Amino acid sequence: MGVEFLIINTLVLILTVIASLIAVLLRDLLAAAIALAAMSLLLSLEFYLLQAPDVAIAQAGVGACLTTAIVIIAIKGTKRMEEE
Amino acid sequence: MSEMTKIVKTTANILFPFTMIFGLYVIVHGHLTPGGGFQGGAIVVSGCALLLVAYGSSWVFDHIKDKRLATFESLGAIGFITIAFLGLVFSAVFFGNFLTGSGTLFGTTPATGSTLSNFNTGGVLPLMNFAVGVKVIAGLFVIVLVMAHASSIKEWG
Repeated sequence: MGVEFLIINTLVLILTVIASLIAVLLRDLLAAAIALAAMSLLLSLEFYLLQAPDVAIAQAGVGACLTTAIVIIAIKGTKRMEEE
Repeated sequence: MSEMTKIVKTTANILFPFTMIFGLYVIVHGHLTPGGGFQGGAIVVSGCALLLVAYGSSWVFDHIKDKRLATFESLGAIGFITIAFLGLVFSAVFFGNFLTGSGTLFGTTPATGSTLSNFNTGGVLPLMNFAVGVKVIAGLFVIVLVMAHASSIKEWG
């Protein structure tokens, strides 16, 4: 638990918050889905840094892959751009 | 979903076996390494979702029936609860680990201390991981498959 761990941990958490903010603010829903997948992948990296590889595998498999696939299928069935 | 281009199909053809092998590895090494039935099943289903995106839902629907996937999901649940009741029969405890230490299937006692991991240990835990893996693969894949098929129907009335 050195100072490097603290720096990497804080950096990953800040990037997670930035990715989720991008996912909320974007008007293009497909890009927002990709930003959500990036947020999920960074969250799985954070789980791995906190010594929980089991939860990290589950988060990467379900959050970053399957949820993104379902959301993209739903976007393809409806409209891509969000309206005002 | 409709079919995609040849580039996407070729990439999916290359990546699909590696994803399947990694997912099945996570399932069968569930009692030794991080992961288990749920995590490995999610990885296998992500490979199948890649195939679904590349080849389209109608192609996958021709090869895999959702009724059969429902049968597999029920089979996983039945296998899990059957092994749990076999523990009640053989060792008088629900979920009892009756195979460990017996010297048969997955029955070796692991050596103490820091040694290399022995695959042939764990008793009923690998069998339960297989059952959970079959249930998770069938359950999650039927969700993605029905979602893709329903979104490709144009006229809902």
